[in-house]
Amino acid sequence: MLARNTRRTQGLMALGGALALVFALSLLLGRYPAPGLIDPAQLAQDDLAWRLVFNLRLPRMISAVLLGMTLGAAGMVFQLLFGNPLVEPGFLGVSQGAAFGAAFAIVLLGNAAALIQSSAVLAALAGLGLSYALARRLRFGGWTLRLVLSGIAVSALFSAGVGLLKYLADPLTQLPEITFWLLGGLASITWDKLLSVLPAALIGLVVMALFRWRLNLLALNEQTAFSLGASPSRERLMLIVAAVLPTAVLISISGMVGWVGLIVPHIARRLFQTDARYSLPGAMLLGGLFTLLCDNMARALLAGEIPLGILTALLGALIFLALMTRPQTRFKS
Amino acid sequence: MSTNTPSAALLQFEAVSFGYRRALAPVVRAATFALQSGRILAVVGPNGAGKSTLLALALGWLSPWAGRIILAGRPLTAFSRAERGRWLALMPQSEHIPFDYRAVEYVLMGRAPHLPPLAAPGAADYEAALRALEQAGLADFADRPVTEMSGGERQLLLMARALAQSPRLLLLDEPTAHLDLRNKMRLIQTMRQLRAQGVTLMMTNHEPDVVLAVADDVLLMEAGQPPVFGPVDTVLTETALSRVYHLPVRVVEVEGRRRVLWT
Repeated sequence: MLARNTRRTQGLMALGGALALVFALSLLLGRYPAPGLIDPAQLAQDDLAWRLVFNLRLPRMISAVLLGMTLGAAGMVFQLLFGNPLVEPGFLGVSQGAAFGAAFAIVLLGNAAALIQSSAVLAALAGLGLSYALARRLRFGGWTLRLVLSGIAVSALFSAGVGLLKYLADPLTQLPEITFWLLGGLASITWDKLLSVLPAALIGLVVMALFRWRLNLLALNEQTAFSLGASPSRERLMLIVAAVLPTAVLISISGMVGWVGLIVPHIARRLFQTDARYSLPGAMLLGGLFTLLCDNMARALLAGEIPLGILTALLGALIFLALMTRPQTRFKS
Repeated sequence: MSTNTPSAALLQFEAVSFGYRRALAPVVRAATFALQSGRILAVVGPNGAGKSTLLALALGWLSPWAGRIILAGRPLTAFSRAERGRWLALMPQSEHIPFDYRAVEYVLMGRAPHLPPLAAPGAADYEAALRALEQAGLADFADRPVTEMSGGERQLLLMARALAQSPRLLLLDEPTAHLDLRNKMRLIQTMRQLRAQGVTLMMTNHEPDVVLAVADDVLLMEAGQPPVFGPVDTVLTETALSRVYHLPVRVVEVEGRRRVLWT
């Protein structure tokens, strides 16, 4: 039993090491001066290379890692709390809310990056608040079912709103902008953007990490969690906020990056088993690694940028299928 | 009878009433009893008489409309959540488990009220969880995914989690519902062991034979009536059972043990 825990801790450390290594290599990876890895010696002499690496690549890569960690961890939190392996962190009106906020800013508020970002965050949080308030008023089913239902309804409302905005948008200037935002990508990340989301992202990640074992308890039915000395409704609400807040701020700078929040938790549970004490940090590291790799491909594979959301969906689904059709992939004793 | 010396009441209900909707009649009506420490109380009655509701009230999950619930001399509401978790454990009738936890990881959750906030269980907690699994008769199942266990095995697993919690009052909701004869016997033995260790038990049960085999006291519930509390021999009589279940019932003695027969 404890040997398996040691094994899983070692697995987490190996994954962390892999992430650090890939991160270091990714700094050198790109298409300047030629496609491939840049020579570290060149950084000392070439001013353009230096600025490229530290002002463009570094904030972008940190954002990719944070985005992946957040989506992976938040997806795990949601799947456990809702007892449903099919939910993802954006489903409580958050993703569609952010999409609506961004489209709203692009069409009606005039397309400034900071404006799109704040509008997306506000609408994402409004989506969560609306789902929550609606769930309290529904007269049907248990608490989690009510939240799921109201999340679906609120998402549908926002998605209808996005459709309407797309219809109203200028097809030559605004519509492509909305479309690219919805496809997701980190090409426009700057230090300023990253720093504006960093506090909320870190707070959410730290809270989720601190509650990683207790999450198991909160995944039990409410009366049982109560009998184990927990305060299920309060602690669950707190964790939902801790999961949604960083998700909302990060998708406000990245656009829609799908599939990470759905698939990474499955892979993490596959590798580290269900106990969230290991599977939650596992989901964080895997999410960070996966998103970083996808973003590397997004920026370095072709001369033009490939939207990140396309790559995460494509590769995520492939990896998922490959893992799920193989019988055993576990760090077990 | 296991205790000859009278000890203080561990759990007291004082005229406790509770219902799910104000417009309807209360489900639990003026329940009054004092459960002594180290005894086994069976809550008996027909479906819908409020047995599980009474258990939820004792757990503090539901709050009474009227009356007071007192645990170890203090109102139940005065206990902090973690403190209450160290005094009381619940073995639910069944539990939906959507993810494939290992049995030992599942049982470890019973250690939660004994851990400091945000701490994860350590080696001593693993020991306790393994002991609990063994006591519940699941020694060989520690590493088994919960989703691969049968209904009866899962019920024993819930017992093991409650044991890992090392409570002073253990609440059991229909603990024998999914168990075969052998496991039923085993659970009865576990309950007797716990009583011998000074743990107080309160269970709802539909099987008069299990009640007669293990209970010291009975709380007989009947819809719309205040429940009747007393030692098992004086409460579970032919007349009382026949009245509560609307069915002629006989209590007979077979090989020195009392059995309930119905026609």
